[in-house]
This record gives sequence, C-alpha cells and structure tokens, in this order.
Amino acid sequence: MQQEAPGSAVISLLVDNESGALARIVGLFSGRGYNIRSLTVAPVDEHGKQSRVNIVTTGSLADIRQIKAQVERLVPVSRVADLTADGPHVAREMAMIKVVSSGEPRTEALRIAQAFRARAVDTTASSFVFELTGSTDKLDSFIELMRPLGLVEVSRTGVAAICRGPQTIQSL
Amino acid sequence: MGSLKMRPSPSMGEQDKMTPQTASSAPDAQKPQTLPGAEVLMRALDEQGVEVIFGYPGGAVLPIYDALFKQNRIRHVLVRHEQAAVHAAEAYARSTGKVGVVLVTSGPGATNAVTGLLDALMDSIPLVCLSGQVPSSLIGNDAFQEADTTGITRPVTKYNYLVRRPEDLAPAVHEAFTIARSGRPGPVLIDLPKNITVGDAPYLAASQTPMRVAKGTAEPDREAVKRAVAAMKKARRPLFYTGGGVINAGPKACENLRKLVKLTGFPITSTLMGFGAYPGNDKQYLGMLGMHGMYEANLATHGCDVLIALGSRFDDRVTGRVDAFSPDSFKIHADIDASQINKIIPVDQPIVGDAGRIIEMMIEEWEKEPAYAHQADLAAWWEQIEAWRALDCLRFSQDQAPDAVIKPQQAIRRIYELARETGRDTYVSTEVGQHQMWAAQFFRFDDPNRWLTSGGLGTMGYGLPAAVGAQIAHPEALVLDIAGEASTLMNIQELGTIAQYRLPVKLFIINNHYMGMVRQWQELLHGSRYSESYSDALPDFVKLAESFHAKGLRATRMEELDDTIRAALNHDGPVVVDLCVTEGENCFPMIPSGAAHNEMILGPDQEERGAKVTREGMMLV
Repeated sequence: MQQEAPGSAVISLLVDNESGALARIVGLFSGRGYNIRSLTVAPVDEHGKQSRVNIVTTGSLADIRQIKAQVERLVPVSRVADLTADGPHVAREMAMIKVVSSGEPRTEALRIAQAFRARAVDTTASSFVFELTGSTDKLDSFIELMRPLGLVEVSRTGVAAICRGPQTIQSL
Repeated sequence: MGSLKMRPSPSMGEQDKMTPQTASSAPDAQKPQTLPGAEVLMRALDEQGVEVIFGYPGGAVLPIYDALFKQNRIRHVLVRHEQAAVHAAEAYARSTGKVGVVLVTSGPGATNAVTGLLDALMDSIPLVCLSGQVPSSLIGNDAFQEADTTGITRPVTKYNYLVRRPEDLAPAVHEAFTIARSGRPGPVLIDLPKNITVGDAPYLAASQTPMRVAKGTAEPDREAVKRAVAAMKKARRPLFYTGGGVINAGPKACENLRKLVKLTGFPITSTLMGFGAYPGNDKQYLGMLGMHGMYEANLATHGCDVLIALGSRFDDRVTGRVDAFSPDSFKIHADIDASQINKIIPVDQPIVGDAGRIIEMMIEEWEKEPAYAHQADLAAWWEQIEAWRALDCLRFSQDQAPDAVIKPQQAIRRIYELARETGRDTYVSTEVGQHQMWAAQFFRFDDPNRWLTSGGLGTMGYGLPAAVGAQIAHPEALVLDIAGEASTLMNIQELGTIAQYRLPVKLFIINNHYMGMVRQWQELLHGSRYSESYSDALPDFVKLAESFHAKGLRATRMEELDDTIRAALNHDGPVVVDLCVTEGENCFPMIPSGAAHNEMILGPDQEERGAKVTREGMMLV
C-alpha cells in the first residue's frame, strides 16, 4: 500500500460483553502490529450486555482502514466506527495529576490549574491531586506545565469519544 | 457454504444471544429436556449432522468418550497425535464441504491441536474443535493438564468458547457450527470443563438457539459487479486469478466459474488453494501462479490489463514483489472477507461477498450485453500466452537409462499419470516443500475438493493425517499423499491410524535425503552451506511400513519407477513407497524473493534469465 503520513484515529466499537472479548481485540492489535495509544472500555447498555471500546490508534489511512476491517471480523464485535473519518466527533479524557511541592511552585501549580479549570480533588499541605477533563492535547499541555512544578504521578483514563449531532455509532 | 446464513438477530444492540433461553423467557418453546452434559453435546453434534469425529481421549474428556461409547450415530476415529486429528478433520472438511470435528483433551491435548487450528484458519477450513478442560472450580489453579486453552487458541481460531454454564452448552455447539461454516469459514474451538460434561444441562435445539448475525453473508453489491463486468468488457489482455474461496463457495460456484470462463474466453490461473475449481487440463487454464507457478501464468499476471481476482487473497507467495505485481492492470477483487480488500495490493473494483454468488452475478451481467468488442486483442493476448506456454517451463531432463537415478519431477509426474490411468476418483494430499510444489505443478484436477495441501501455514506433517481424513470421508476413492522424507516423519505415527482403520492410503515418499526446499534456498541464497538440512539417520521406510502392517515398496532406478508406482496403486491396502530420487534437484520455475513475476528463474534446461536475489529479498522468507 502507498504510505501516507501516519495519523491518529479514534475507533469506537460496540462489543458483546463476554469473557475474552477485550483480549480478542487487544490481541488482534498486537498480533498484527497495530498501535494502541489509548484504550477505554465500559458497559454502555442498560443490561450491561454491550460494552463500548474506544481505541486511539495511529497509522496511514490505509492502515486505519485495514484495522477497521480486521476488527469488524471479530464475532463479538457488532459495530465499528472510525470516528475520525466518519465525521465530526467529540473526544475527551480525564486525568488525575499529583503535584508535590511547596512555596512558589505550589502556588504556581494552583494558578495554572485554575486557568485550565482543573479541580483539586485532594489537597494536603505538601500535595495536590488535580482532576482535569478535556482533549488529549489539553491534558498533555497541562501535564507538561506541571512537570517543573513538582509533578510526581499521572493517572489518565484514555479517550472516550462520540460523534457530534444526532447520529450515533449505530447510524454511522 | 457462504450461502448458509444465520438467522438475523431482531435488532442491533440486542446481541446477548448466548444467554440461557429458558422456557419462561421463550413462551412458545417447550421446556428443554435435561441430560448429562456429554449427552447434550452428542445430541447437538448429531443435530448438526456430524458423522465423524477425529480425536484422542484423556482425563478431561472421559465423560465425552463415555457418551460416544453409548451411542452409534457418530463415528470416532482415533488418531495418534492431536495435531493429526486436526489435519485429518481439515481434509475431511475440504474434501466433503462439511464441517470437520475434532475432540481433544485438556492441556497437552489442546496445545497439540494449535498448529492444526492455525492451519485451518489460514486456509479457511471449517472446523469445530472440542477440548476438555479441568473442572470450573480448578480453572486458574495450575491443575493437572490445565491450560488456558481459550487464551492460547484465541489468535488461531475464528472464534472460541469456554462453556461456563450448563445452559450455554448446546447453544455454543450450534453457534460454533454456524460460525465455522458461514462467511469466510474457519476453525472454532469449544473448551468444555469436566463439570459441564458430567453435570446435567438442558438440551436446546438449533432452532431454539438465538444466534448472532453471521459476518460475510451479505448479498454482493450489484453495482460493484456491474462496474467489474464493464471493465471486463473493455479488457484486451484479461486474466482470471481464482483461489480457495471458489472451492469454499461450493460445487455450484465451480460449475459457474467454468461457465464464466467459457463465456468470456479469458485465460485463468489459480492459486495453490484453488485447484480443481476450474478443470486443470482445459486449454484456457494456465496452471498455478506465484513463486513456483507456471511461466505463462506469471507473465500473464504481469502483463494483463484487467485482473479478476475471485476468492483469492494476494498472498505473498502469489504476488512476489508487491510494488511490481501486475503493474498495469485494472484490478477487480471479489472476496467474502472485507479485510482482504486492499490489504496487500490496492484494487480498483472491490466486491465483498460469496464468490459463488458474485460469479453468478457476473454471468448475468455479462449476458445482458454479450457483445465483447476486443476479440482481436484477446486473440493476440492468447497468441502471446501460447508463446510463453511453448517455453515448457516444467521441462526437465531425465536420463532414461534403466539404471538411471530417478528425478523427483519424474517420480511425481509418473504418479500423476499412472493414478489418472486407473480412472479412479483420486484425492491427493501433500506435505510441505519441494515435492508439494512439484505436485502442484504436475497434478491437474478435473474437480474441486480433490487437492488437500497446507497453503497459508505451510505445515510439514500435514499430508499423512490429511490422507487419513480424506480416506475416511471417501472410503472407495484412491487417496495419495505426495510426501517428502523429512515432512512425513513429522506425523509418521499416523501409519498406526491407517493400520487400525485399514485405510488404503498410498504414501509416496519423494526421498532426496534433504529438506529439499531448505536445501534449495541454502544453495540459492546462502552459498550452498547446507546447514542442518540433510536428512541423516533415516529409517528404512519399507521396514517402517511393514512394522505398521502396511506394504512397503522402494524404487531407486528408472526401470523400477513405473512398476513400483503401479504396484502401489493396485494394492488393496495401505502402501508406503520409498522413491529414492536425485538429491540436488531444485524446483523451478521460481520467482526469487523480492523479485517480480517477469523476473522468474527458469530451470537449467531453459535459457538463463531472471533476477538475482537482492539483500532485501533475502530478508523475505
């Protein structure tokens, strides 16, 4: 295949919530040499019988098409959408960021957190845990800014995504 | 096979089709009968039309073997190694169009089956493999003969199950068969903890089992077929390139392929997996394409202006150098598996669907306007092809003196010719290597389902158990295994199965004392350093045969060849033939790795041409 510049894509799946379903998906990615940059999974229907998986992956357009086609073959996968290709979508992730510092760096961290609308969900005399929701880019820049200010630990959820407007993963 | 469709689920998003359906939740269904799990399993297999199981017992499957003992509808064939059970079931499936069934125990039983399962996955063979498992309560405790079978087999199956609840047992079996044979066929494994087969379980008939929507069963897009046929009408140098997908689509698809090829007058080449879909001795058939394919087939692939790929997947053995593959053609690709489209070669007109249905639609579209404007160009194309064919790329020089050493090509060609003279319905399996490629070059098949070989995975040791499976399925037919001495030793224990069931399999060992294909590559790519490729300390195959209650024959000189082959073919029982052939023979033609189709190396008897292997090429296998 002709190689275009590798790009990032958000692939969303609806899968039967059965044992091994996630291993099947993840195994397909590792077995075929595809990259998983982030992965989120949780049941989304009222009976907990279907889960939604959001995978951020990278590759050329042809790679992404191939990934989608391969995932579509899996028996427990009932729906696959390449949200990046299929139209406008919203993609968000959440992070908890722990900063341990005092004096000027501590006040600076709090100031930047306010600018980013991050919430301090845990506060001690020497530490903060900030909770921040937003695009991957926004989280990345916040974490970069915290690095010199006492950043010690980061926990990120990975991306949850949904298409804009009235259409759904089922109607795409 | 692709025409078999699962019942669609009522709506997307309600996919929980494997949950128990008790009488209360399905008001019209009768209260299901309760039986011991192993008997539920037998009933479900019977309902699925299973006649034969290839298997090997062990602790975790004792309840299943007990249930087998108590019934007489399903026959069990006891192999001598679980890998062989899977290959036998593959050949049974490939030669009958039915789903092959395997039964193995937990732990080593299941891990021994892994190679066969992957072989079936790569070659799209429908199988259901039942594996025993330790009781649910012991799973995860490193119990005796415990393996994470569903974990290990996940990447080598189309789908797999671990049955955790009795009420899931019968539905899992029914769905497994549907998944195995629908869309692109493949192997499905069901892991059965011992408490499930011992304890009681409700029996649910297939009709009471709601199933998930099958993948790859949608009707092909008529507009796509129309565009494809429009391109075919404009073609001046067309070529059909067909594969195993046509065989899997069934006998009617093969019949229609013949009709389409005759209707168009186009030439046709086939992959290794597609033999017999089109008659091998027909004038329009160019033989196999690819690495050891025919000169005329490969040059036609390189030079065509419209390439019509039907149920074939542009495997690297077929394409050679990808960026030089059929460089000037408009490519039509019909495949039941959408993930094969544009995977290796970008195509101009994809059609997703069953090859049989697509061929049918192509015939309809072609006949709507039968005029084909480029007959003159097509005639010139045929003239060119005939010129390539005249080179006679399979030519080899055999010393005809009575005491001359037999060349492997001569041995295989004579097996083909003499088997054909018997007029019997003949099934041919092979091992993997040079002998396989020579068999692919010299054997020509009139009908589908007669050629049993390991294509995608290239599994040495496939042929002998495959011959077992074919002979079990076709007791009256002539079943040959064209083998190499190295490959056949990988599953030679199946001579025991052959003896037990009195299977009149003819095992022809093309014995050149080398892992021939390894030796050939070492000669061409590694300075003739024959590292570990010599078959030292071989058994005496004649005595080996006799120890397994079979007839053993040997030919070492030309004068013995035909008589030995005839004696083997005429013997009413299993025969092992040790055909001692020249050691250093190479299989030609050959597209060296990293080269294009028009850079083939021809044999020493043709004029020297072709590419030298590059460093990049050496990295390819």
